[in-house]
Amino acid sequence: MMGRGEKMEITIKPEMAKKIEIADKIERAKKTQITQITACELGKLIKERKISAVEAMEEQLAAIKKRETDYQCYLTVAEEEALEEAKRVQAGIDSGMYADSPLAGVPIAVKDNICTKGIRTTCASKMLENFIPPYDATVIRRLKEAGMVMIGKVNMDEFAMGSTTETSYFKQTKNPWDITRVPGGSSGGAAAAVAAEEAFLALGSDTGGSIRQPSSFCGVTGLKPTYGTVSRYGLIAYASSLDQIGPIGRDVTDCAALLEAIAGSDPYDSTCVASKTSAYRGALGNDISGMRIGIPNGYLSEGLEEAVKEKILKASEVFEQKGAKVEFFDLPAFTYAIPAYYVIASAEASSNLSRFDGVKYGYRTPEFENLKELYEKTRSEGFGDEVKRRMMIGAFVLSSGYYDAYYNKALKVKAVIKKAFDQAFSNYDMILGPTAPTTAPKLGESLVDPLKMYLGDIYTVSVNLAGLPAISLPCGEDGNGMPVGMQLIGKPFGEKIILQAAYSFEQTRGYKRPFDR
Amino acid sequence: MIITGETIDYVAALAKIQLSEEERLRAKKDLGEIIGYMERMNELDTTDVEPMSHAFPLSNVFREDEITNGDEREAMLLNAPNQKDGYFVVPKTVE
Repeated sequence: MMGRGEKMEITIKPEMAKKIEIADKIERAKKTQITQITACELGKLIKERKISAVEAMEEQLAAIKKRETDYQCYLTVAEEEALEEAKRVQAGIDSGMYADSPLAGVPIAVKDNICTKGIRTTCASKMLENFIPPYDATVIRRLKEAGMVMIGKVNMDEFAMGSTTETSYFKQTKNPWDITRVPGGSSGGAAAAVAAEEAFLALGSDTGGSIRQPSSFCGVTGLKPTYGTVSRYGLIAYASSLDQIGPIGRDVTDCAALLEAIAGSDPYDSTCVASKTSAYRGALGNDISGMRIGIPNGYLSEGLEEAVKEKILKASEVFEQKGAKVEFFDLPAFTYAIPAYYVIASAEASSNLSRFDGVKYGYRTPEFENLKELYEKTRSEGFGDEVKRRMMIGAFVLSSGYYDAYYNKALKVKAVIKKAFDQAFSNYDMILGPTAPTTAPKLGESLVDPLKMYLGDIYTVSVNLAGLPAISLPCGEDGNGMPVGMQLIGKPFGEKIILQAAYSFEQTRGYKRPFDR
Repeated sequence: MIITGETIDYVAALAKIQLSEEERLRAKKDLGEIIGYMERMNELDTTDVEPMSHAFPLSNVFREDEITNGDEREAMLLNAPNQKDGYFVVPKTVE
């Protein structure tokens, strides 16, 4: 059997061969660009039979192979399983299944703290290096029901503790906009994979900004839903009263579609409430005239990079031009959110992580004399520095003598912050501000000073304390060409309003790829 | 709040971790700074404020006390570092 090229040489004139070559090139260019379109666009092409779920996955895997050396987003690429599942979904589509699912056949990446049956789930920790969950998280079940196909598991800060993905035990994910910079964290692998077009979409988790901040640093869109919107069953717990799973995508529509697929009550998570409405995509309209947007006075002062401030003010002008009413107001309590957050999150972490004892699953130290030594050596060898630090902080704030002064005080501060937000939302439909005070820092700069790293969470942690929904979306670049993210915070279960405003803003600027720099 | 070496030993014991001398010194410095920063909360007057553990009022969710999962002993033991006869193996704890 002769190859196509050989056949052309023999039977086709040179001019014609040239034409075919060009046509081939165009065809190939079209194909490589498949990984570039949005998840909903791909879902539509699959429905229209222009591309199959298997072809889409093959293209995605090829892009990963090409780029992964540079960006290091994935801890596990489940190539075989992904292709197998893509085949199964395509057969389903062919037999009329998934008619109501806009994302059927779309490849998706999942943060490695979400349990996937039969596929290694490490939390980016040596402690869980070989852990293979015997069950699927509820969100994974929902992805499957919607026909989405998991590509693999993406890198993160160890046990989701960190703001740069540098505390991962396994590898350092790079920011696709500049590989000398961090992707943010803790869902850094998820945001980087979406930006680098190594995934159409990703699931992240957000305890104090871990979806929003990496989305901001990588120039993509990420949404942290209201506490209780998405089931936490199968999410390896960091701070249970604050953790929420949410979508990361290249645009607002994709985030809305993914949220639709994963939201809803679950008998396995009693804090997950039945949402009144989940038709989030229906809210995406351009008209935001009359919307009331508040900017807290303190949000644009101390510690904020000038370029970030400038972009946020520009974004507020865009909202005004669209007929929204933008006002500054006082929200003084928010400055106390960082200490309160780190007290509460560390306290819950110290309790949640006590389950890692070298007995039931995970790492076990090879040599020990007795049970106490088994516990202590296993935990000392299995956990990294940041995890140990937070467990010790947690043990301290919960210990007798300090409980009232730290833990109980933090719960009171939380109540004050919640009340301040409630008051703000009696005047405004949403709150606008930066997602982070800076753009992505250089690799290796953050972990030397943990307190300084914690202070970078100033705009995100209060949202988790108050249980609110918030979205981060790109709104420009700084002088180095690094993306700046803005944050829209909504009232409880006010996802639709912030999605609508974000969508409307998005219409004023095209999506910018890191490769276009 | 001054974090002493003894405080570090105490919280490390509570967290069931052992620290090297270097880690102990680093923890003393880091926890000193972080816990010192946490004291900023005292600037906020919280007299008469009730501590809030959950942002939204949650009520108990009840269900019938019925077993819904199957026998998954084998699956549960698959990840165990050491198992024998359907049990987790641990060092002898009772003489």
